[in-house]
Amino acid sequence: MRPGGASAGSAQTGQQHADHLWRHTDPKPSYDAVVVGAGGHGLATAFYLAKNHGITNVAVLERGWLAGGNMARNTTIIRSNYLWDESAAIYEHALKLWEGLPEELDYDFLFSQRGVLNLAHTQQDVRDSRRRVYANQLNGVDGEWLTPDEVAKVCPILNVSPETRYPVLGATYQPRAGIAKHDHVAWAFARQCDQYGIDLIQHCEVTGFLTSGNRVTGVRTTRGDIAAGRVAMTAAGHSSVLAGTLGLRLPVQSHPLQALVSELLEPVHPTVVMSNHVHVYVSQAHKGELVMGAGVDSYNSYGQRGSVHVIEQQMAAAVELFPIFARAHVLRTWGGIVDVTPDASPVIGLTPYENLYINCGWGTGGFKATPAVGWVMAHLVATGTPHALNEPFGLDRFTTGALIDEHGAAAVAH
Amino acid sequence: MLLIRCPWCGDREETEFGYGGQAHVAYPPSAEQLSDDEWAQYLFFRDNPKGPFAERWVHAAGCRRWFNAVRHTVSNEFISVYRPGEKPAGGAA
Repeated sequence: MRPGGASAGSAQTGQQHADHLWRHTDPKPSYDAVVVGAGGHGLATAFYLAKNHGITNVAVLERGWLAGGNMARNTTIIRSNYLWDESAAIYEHALKLWEGLPEELDYDFLFSQRGVLNLAHTQQDVRDSRRRVYANQLNGVDGEWLTPDEVAKVCPILNVSPETRYPVLGATYQPRAGIAKHDHVAWAFARQCDQYGIDLIQHCEVTGFLTSGNRVTGVRTTRGDIAAGRVAMTAAGHSSVLAGTLGLRLPVQSHPLQALVSELLEPVHPTVVMSNHVHVYVSQAHKGELVMGAGVDSYNSYGQRGSVHVIEQQMAAAVELFPIFARAHVLRTWGGIVDVTPDASPVIGLTPYENLYINCGWGTGGFKATPAVGWVMAHLVATGTPHALNEPFGLDRFTTGALIDEHGAAAVAH
Repeated sequence: MLLIRCPWCGDREETEFGYGGQAHVAYPPSAEQLSDDEWAQYLFFRDNPKGPFAERWVHAAGCRRWFNAVRHTVSNEFISVYRPGEKPAGGAA
């Protein structure tokens, strides 16, 4: 067995992990590059800084514990069936990286390409969905339109009866989409970063920046000041709080996003099903839990919890779509804080400070992009210029008006 | 679920309300003279504080009137609820 890896059957018996994944280090006084936030995006950024650019004098600073923020709270769905060319390019780059990542990181994090169905419940859904499938095909992204009968063949437990309140009129299907074990993804990146000599420093909150003119010279942390040649911000829900210490305003609003899991069940659900209209998305984890998410709560919050009526609506939709879920018990619910932008697309790029780079505004969909974010953020930090894949996602699009409106393909209302 | 005090109807459940984001964002007085940057700030940029936040709600399933509130974005405590044109108690906004 590979170190840290797992054989195909071990999902049922418990994962076998290496004894050692990363060192617990104290911060050094200075680094060539500091990454703020040791979630998936921060860890992937550090990994590709080392692997693609040979930059290893790097620290990843985390205010809590490694991958304990949104990386630990998401619903692990990976797909690339977005509408616009800019989104298709970056999400498909991510999906191609995912397909080679278990080997590249030498860690079987149970990436399972079980496909995703995005359901259509209204005639407008049908038109939008078919348009998206055509756009996907033109962009080399696998996608097809399925009729209700074809949907039922992919997912037999789904209720496609015309008698439901919002009947399933069809679905887009991306066969290469899937899920992965999110914690293991983080640990896989962390172990590789560690092997490159990168310092992963937990319980070290970045509280501000040291600046000189239009350059950032370091970060202020709860464990003292740390000098930095370059800084990458990958702080997710708290990006605007952190940017605010520089007087920098971001076009993001932080909202709670809730998810939940059921008790463990026999394998019943073969794919991933998402419905924007009735608003639930669900897959079955390898261990057996049904993993479900809903939309964000309407109000701004940093409280890492949300309102129960959001879960109630999500459960109502789930039970109507999947009658066999009716007797499943909810095991636990939780909330994360996501930063949403006006066009439901992320902000990845330059800031007014010439050596400070920002990655934020992923809203409800950052997990699937993890390797591509690392790839382009590493390019930004190493070269000081945007990669072609993230150039359209800069802060300047809100001034030029070149928005990338992905509210439809985001699949979660925000 | 939040319990929200409509200034006209009293305490009602959150599901009766719609959310309007940051309060007191005035339409620019000379919009035609704004630069692209200033217009972008007006359209797309809002405060996003971790703490007290002056925001708008509408009692959509009740009296259908808009009002303002100052709410703490971590604890969800409503510090103040006030009608349009009024000032919040304590002057937080």
